Amino acid sequence: MPAVSKGDGMRGLAVFISDIRNCKSKEAEIKRINKELANIRSKFKGDKALDGYSKKKYVCKLLFIFLLGHDIDFGHMEAVNLLSSNKYTEKQIGYLFISVLVNSNSELIRLINNAIKNDLSSRNPTFMCLALHCIANVGSREMAEAFASEIPRILVAGDTMDSVKQSAALCLLRLYKTSPDLVLMGEWTSRVVHLLNDQHMGVVTAAISLITCLSQKNPDEFKTCVSLAVSRLSRIVSSASTDLQDYTYYFVPAPWLSCKLLRLLQCYPPPEDGAVKGRLVECLETILNKAQEPPKSKKVQHSNAKNAILFEAISLIIHYDSEPNLLVRACNQLGQFLQHRETNLRYLALESMCTLASSEFSHEAVKTHIETVINALKTERDVSVRQRAADLLYAMCDRSNAKQIVAEMLSYLETADYSIREEMVLKVAILAEKYAVDYSWYVDTILNLIRIAGDYVSEEVWYRVIQIVINRDDVQGYAAKTVFEALQAPACHENMVKVGGYILGEFGNLIAGDPRSSPLVQFNLLHSKFHLCSVPTRALLLSAYIKFINLFPETKATIQEVLRCDSQIRNSDVELQQRAVEYLKLSSIASTDVLATVLEEMPPFPERESSILAKLKKKKGPGAVSVPDLEDGKREGGELNGGGERGPDSAAMSASNASTPSPSADLLGMRSAAPMSAAPTSAGSLLVDVFSEAGPAAPSAAVNDDGFLRFVCKNNGVLFENQLLQIGIKSEYRQNLGRMYLFYGNKTSVQFASFTTTVSCPGELQSHILSILRLNVQTKPVEPVVEGGAQIQQVLNIECLTDFSEAPLLNIKFRYGGALQNLSLKLPVTINKFFQPTEMTSHDFFQRWKQLSQPQQEAQKIFKANHSMDTEVLKAKLLGLGTALLDDVDPNPENYVCAGVIQTKGQQVGCLLRLEPNGQAQMYRLTLRCSKDSVSLRLCELLAQQF
Amino acid sequence: MMRFLLLFSRQGKLRLQKWFTPMSEREKKKIIRDMTTMVLARQPRSCNFLHWKDLKVIYKRYASLYFCLAIENQENELIALEVIHRYVELLDKYFGNVCELDIIFNFEKAYFILDEFLIGGEIQETSKQMVNRSIEASDMLQETMEEYMSKPAF
Repeated sequence: MPAVSKGDGMRGLAVFISDIRNCKSKEAEIKRINKELANIRSKFKGDKALDGYSKKKYVCKLLFIFLLGHDIDFGHMEAVNLLSSNKYTEKQIGYLFISVLVNSNSELIRLINNAIKNDLSSRNPTFMCLALHCIANVGSREMAEAFASEIPRILVAGDTMDSVKQSAALCLLRLYKTSPDLVLMGEWTSRVVHLLNDQHMGVVTAAISLITCLSQKNPDEFKTCVSLAVSRLSRIVSSASTDLQDYTYYFVPAPWLSCKLLRLLQCYPPPEDGAVKGRLVECLETILNKAQEPPKSKKVQHSNAKNAILFEAISLIIHYDSEPNLLVRACNQLGQFLQHRETNLRYLALESMCTLASSEFSHEAVKTHIETVINALKTERDVSVRQRAADLLYAMCDRSNAKQIVAEMLSYLETADYSIREEMVLKVAILAEKYAVDYSWYVDTILNLIRIAGDYVSEEVWYRVIQIVINRDDVQGYAAKTVFEALQAPACHENMVKVGGYILGEFGNLIAGDPRSSPLVQFNLLHSKFHLCSVPTRALLLSAYIKFINLFPETKATIQEVLRCDSQIRNSDVELQQRAVEYLKLSSIASTDVLATVLEEMPPFPERESSILAKLKKKKGPGAVSVPDLEDGKREGGELNGGGERGPDSAAMSASNASTPSPSADLLGMRSAAPMSAAPTSAGSLLVDVFSEAGPAAPSAAVNDDGFLRFVCKNNGVLFENQLLQIGIKSEYRQNLGRMYLFYGNKTSVQFASFTTTVSCPGELQSHILSILRLNVQTKPVEPVVEGGAQIQQVLNIECLTDFSEAPLLNIKFRYGGALQNLSLKLPVTINKFFQPTEMTSHDFFQRWKQLSQPQQEAQKIFKANHSMDTEVLKAKLLGLGTALLDDVDPNPENYVCAGVIQTKGQQVGCLLRLEPNGQAQMYRLTLRCSKDSVSLRLCELLAQQF
Repeated sequence: MMRFLLLFSRQGKLRLQKWFTPMSEREKKKIIRDMTTMVLARQPRSCNFLHWKDLKVIYKRYASLYFCLAIENQENELIALEVIHRYVELLDKYFGNVCELDIIFNFEKAYFILDEFLIGGEIQETSKQMVNRSIEASDMLQETMEEYMSKPAF
């Protein structure tokens, strides 16, 4: 039994482990563990001081129990005691326990840091390494604060042992990743870079990870590493397989270091120095050549190590994207791997080719492998390899091979693994749209998609086909005919019914001439599916029916009968009932002219980014849809929807031009924006006289702030008011989306002319291309004229992409009695609008509270009460904030705690809030802890002005 | 960098867990569950790589044990596969014909060896001799077996 234990075996531990292994059931195991825990607890609490060995043994048992998946809430102190033991094994177990069961208990951290400090200064390399491993394993901010300045010194000191240098380099890297602000490399930079030249290969291997990370963050300061890396690489690549002794791995010289060097070079553009570049190209060629040589060993480790270097070299070649010769060689090499008997190599070749496909130098070369890739999609046994093949087909698709690729992907879909169907559907839909030259092919493809994989066709896909059919009149007849045929199938997918209903409702007339698809036949076909469909589809069908009445008066009686029957007009679903009632009434009282106007064909849709592309990006993460691919999409998407895209845009443009009958516009022949900015000087004086107190309406358009703050905890109300204009607001939010209705009321009896509004988002105005758009706000232009006493409405669609602190700006310009009015307001879109309340127990709350313990995650403010401190008022405000107000969580009933999750497109940010009122002092203390620092700060700022 | 390394048996019993970035216990449990179900469901002779969220998962089976290593997206799969192999070699060298039981009964040793090989998710030392030398050096510092055997079991 304990015979398997080696070296210093702790007999008690071995006995305990075999007891656990002999337990027949989970219950028996738990019983045994509880017994042991009780035993250990009593030993730790006992009067008798434990010797080091026993302490070590019990701490080790606790660790074992913890690793089995049980909670451990004691023993930390004993483990910390072990750290200062001068027996190596005791120290080692102490460190292991601390590394695995970190605890943010500040008292302990101080003790741990003390022990580490002692070991670091002990000059005993074994102890120093233990301490460094512990810092790297825990990597907390407190440790960074304590040691970030000490470790670089150890790393570059001349008398440090190699093994300690290695640990120090990686320990520093860990601290740099957790707290980059605390690791200041300044004076050490050049000595750290020169570690690349170190004699000891192990030191270079460890240091290069650090250097790579630092180079990514500060490329300029570290750029001398490029030439050093190239010469090191060149020495390795040209060495014989035995030169590097134990750093040769299965006849491959230093594979890990080689990969790391090639990876470091990928942080930089190709070397400018001709000699360095020449040497590097030589290395890359040697690596490519070696791939063709016969293997030095049959072991898979040999080929793996060799090919690891080869793939990393190919990544570098692709990264440089400037050496056509190397790119084509890389592509040929990958082509060979596509047919390799090792599944791993086939997988990697497919993956690597995906990136190669986006280079203009190698795109054509990649395309030559299409048959092999299609074959892989059909015959690979492993679904993850098939998935890579599908990805590559998507990446290599262009106009020349789109039909073939789409057809192959469609046929693959019939048998595809369920886990990848949805993504495949999106890809097929995107390719079909992007490369459609002939729209009947596009319509066929999408309908096939619905037929084969209807369940995986998301709304975006079928919305898109309808948008395109409506925007292209050359395909409407074909689309009507095809859906009509598709609907003949005895069982057809509900998505097909949706598309069919919509298209026949719009364009059924185009095929009504054929007696086989006469209006009544069309109607009966659609209606035969009605009862099998869900409510939204039925609602869509009802709309199709009323459109039929307009298109084909002869169907009126039949359809009215359908609408009139109880299952429609008395349907328990409100939406269906309302549609049935209204459509029935409309069809019986409206004249044909009115009906024709109301039920006119849908106008073309304004062109946006393809919603399916957006969906794929969301699914795969923004990096996954490669950049050239996207540019391509925009360029060619325009072609596909040319008519639709230009139509409404140019119409809107001319409308807004026409609606600014300002004399200066004609005179200068400028666009509508120009006179606006030119006018204020003349308009200013007039305004000040008449409305001296209407500050915000002054031409300088000072941004109005106070209205904004009133809306942090509420969604509806009056945002702004002066003698001329009142702006009301109504808004609703769900997850990361929001809709805001703005109501502009003209309080005068004179019309406002040239009324324009623009909304600009934070980040949008900075011209720098890399600045992130944090909020996406879409709206349509408003009516250019607001009559006296009238009100117009504008709808804004808001999408929160990531957390933000700047609110969008609303700028309003209009002419009132000849004077230009210019007004800027902050729109009350604040980060808290995207809260989802989270209910949790007191225990959960405090556990999370502790988890969010990094100092920058917390924001706190102490401030004087500005408003009533009444409990009900406070509660209402906190609920308005969007979080859940948690009862019975805070031990002090006077305090309020709330929890919620902010939903942005990219991520979710958990937030906890605690508000502690002090009635006597009329003060509050507000504390926020969020998983994202910037959110804590912003929420604290916003809320401090609310109470 | 590497994010975590898990060792589990064919029955899905976890034998070693190493996390290179801080993670809550709940997250860890979820990952362990995902990894064991995903990897154990793989057909034999499939490739050794999987995509999981934004990570690459590299796994390999040695006798009854699965080694499962998660690396960041831009990292090299093949070299990661050899990281696993090198770790197996180190265990083997230390225990001599290492088997699952060695890792169960000497779990702390398995962690110590790993710490000599990898730190903070990066490779510290690739040389087998070097790693073994430091492990042996630390074993030399330990008291003798007899000393321990004379001590009470509980």
